Amino acid sequence: MADVIAAPDGVNQHHPPGKNYLNAERGLKSWIFTLDHKRIGVMYLWSVLTAFLLGGLFAMLIRLELLTPQRTIMDADTYNQAFTLHGAIMTFLFIIPAIPASLGNFVLPLMLGAKDVAFPKLNLASYWVYVLGAIFAITAMVTGGVDTGWTFYTPYSTTTGGAVSTMTLAAFILGFSSIFTGVNFIATIHKMRAPGMTWFKMPLFVWGAYATAIIQVLATPILGITLLLLMMERLWEIGIFDPRLGGDPILFQHFFWFYSHPAVYIMILPGMAIMSEVIPVFSKKTIFGYRAIAYSSVAIAFISFLVWGHHMFVSGQSEAAAAIFSFLTFFVSIPSAVKVWNWLATMYRGSIELKAPMLYAIMFLLLFAIGGLTGLFLGALATDVHLHDTYFVVAHFHYVMMGSTTIAFIAGLHHWWPKMFGRTYSETLARVGAVLIFIGLNTTFLSQFVLGTRGMPRRYYNYLDQFQPLHAFSTFGSWILGLGLFIVLGYLLASLRKKYDAGDNPWGGRTLEWQTSSPPITHNFPGTPVVERGPYDYTTAQPQPVKIIPDR
Amino acid sequence: MSDTATPVASEEHAHEPGLQHHFAEMQQQADTVKIGMWAFLVTEVLLFGGLFVGYGVMHSKFPEAFASAHHHLDRTMGTLNTVVLLVSSWTMVMAVAAARANKTKHLIRYLSVTLGLAGVFLVVKFFEYSHKYHEGLLPGKYFSYTGPQEPFESVFFGFYFLMTGVHGLPVVIGMIVIGWLLRRAVRGEFSANYNTPVDMGGLYWHLVDMIWIYLFPLMYLVS
Repeated sequence: MADVIAAPDGVNQHHPPGKNYLNAERGLKSWIFTLDHKRIGVMYLWSVLTAFLLGGLFAMLIRLELLTPQRTIMDADTYNQAFTLHGAIMTFLFIIPAIPASLGNFVLPLMLGAKDVAFPKLNLASYWVYVLGAIFAITAMVTGGVDTGWTFYTPYSTTTGGAVSTMTLAAFILGFSSIFTGVNFIATIHKMRAPGMTWFKMPLFVWGAYATAIIQVLATPILGITLLLLMMERLWEIGIFDPRLGGDPILFQHFFWFYSHPAVYIMILPGMAIMSEVIPVFSKKTIFGYRAIAYSSVAIAFISFLVWGHHMFVSGQSEAAAAIFSFLTFFVSIPSAVKVWNWLATMYRGSIELKAPMLYAIMFLLLFAIGGLTGLFLGALATDVHLHDTYFVVAHFHYVMMGSTTIAFIAGLHHWWPKMFGRTYSETLARVGAVLIFIGLNTTFLSQFVLGTRGMPRRYYNYLDQFQPLHAFSTFGSWILGLGLFIVLGYLLASLRKKYDAGDNPWGGRTLEWQTSSPPITHNFPGTPVVERGPYDYTTAQPQPVKIIPDR
Repeated sequence: MSDTATPVASEEHAHEPGLQHHFAEMQQQADTVKIGMWAFLVTEVLLFGGLFVGYGVMHSKFPEAFASAHHHLDRTMGTLNTVVLLVSSWTMVMAVAAARANKTKHLIRYLSVTLGLAGVFLVVKFFEYSHKYHEGLLPGKYFSYTGPQEPFESVFFGFYFLMTGVHGLPVVIGMIVIGWLLRRAVRGEFSANYNTPVDMGGLYWHLVDMIWIYLFPLMYLVS
């Protein structure tokens, strides 16, 4: 093909032209039973995008309802279900698996120079368990709905009607999918690295994925048992959470946040991991502070287990406990800031290319700064008492989850799209989409900070007239945001109709995944790569080919 | 920690039985499986950890009810089951040793005994459960015992059935795993060179035993 962008010299192209993991086998069965981490990653990608669409739909409905202070389009009970389903879908079906299971599954073995993840069958099981969990979640939606909020707080969740048990079962099942991915990544990173790839020659994405996997393995079982106890409380009334039966509802909050706070880092660490790849590639510069970034991922994973009580400052826990949790919470900001400053130092005097992935990376830096700094207001005891359960909290975690993780996911999607599917997308449309998303996001959520400080409580169906201008502003923002996201979806899907035009290394990346063809061949590399250079070696103008020992 | 995880694949061990295509050699495969298994065992421990914490909290809330309720448990049967599981752990160790020493006959014998002991455990458990059922010593809303009692004894039985039940499930899974190992052992698939599945099955079975070792004093020996 003449229109293929010339691959950098020396990139191995010993495979027959045109054969890759997408077209090596055909038919539905070859996908359903595939053990190829790349295909499983692609299946995960379409699944999490579907979940994102569904969760986003609920978000648009919520915002539309909040356009006016009284009823706009739905009644109060439907509204409760809409925000619960928005939260539950976005958390359990989209954001937790989004980066590790889709992009991570695809690039992690490539980055390590491995032929596959450690346990390909477990990987496939993880995907189908995810689908099973999704089916239960959808069943819960259509058979009565759930109106507890995604946190399932007791005693409301033990007394309300609807399909709470089905939804908790769904989250329980999805937890296993997450654990399987975590176990797989830990074993893969420990034992499947290519010859020459020491721990400190691993790309930083792998470090982030490693820290994430550790949290997945250590925290998710606690969620599992919490949800099991909740189900038992509903079915048997065993008397652990319901005060009427002798239980302790605060115990539920402790159990729940012991998982769900570390889970926040299951969501953000992979986003940070993507930043550490995109920023050096588009700054054409070695990453600044490699070890600091690597260690900070592990530090975040460790501290994440010690801060759950900051969700419970007003729950009646002891003041001493609250003070300790507040203190520890401020500790998390240190490794997070270490990362941000290292990314900025990487960009400093780099030759920055404002391609789509980099646009989103810069967006991440801005939005994460807002999301992170407003977290300090909530981590401080005195201000949290005022801001607790207001729109300030909603705005804060949307800046982190949507503004940071989801934006990083989109950055990674644009970064590896040419590698995954071998096609380029329209750079012009990508810019239009990025600008709309940036404006939309800030319009939607900045206004909510103001709403929160003025006392607008979260989860309310009706509100005082004085809040309407800001609520309306936020709703208009959600339309801009939705439009931007649809543009992204549109040009990405459109690119799939093209011929392979991406080239093996369109961005000049130095990590191993750029050393194979786009899309990669089924076994990733024509042999075993032998790593001699670091992952961010920009000392040469062109990427140097990696030595590959052919398979016999 | 070694500098490099993956040795380069080479001719002599390219087609070993049991070696999957994405590993370079047997040792790498065995090490990888071990790490994965330990990570999985950690999740199991944490799962029970949550239950233990819940039990501890409720125990400290209703100490009289828990102390009174635990007298309904049959210490003889509990002790019997503890001995049964401990012995089964030993036979499992012997099975792993037999596999490593290439003694397939011994392997089959020890695996069968382990499987049998697991069955004995479940039978004893069944008698205990049915006894509780007839007395109405059941969790939460099903609690219908009418004899002398402290308030909230039903909470104890909620935890009793939940924790022994959640422990019983891994026992059944362990039996399936041992049965599968037995089948492969009979076919002569294990050798001194390839016995990782036996090793992993053993690890899993020890975990099941270990959890019971903690459950037994917690439930049967409340002071």
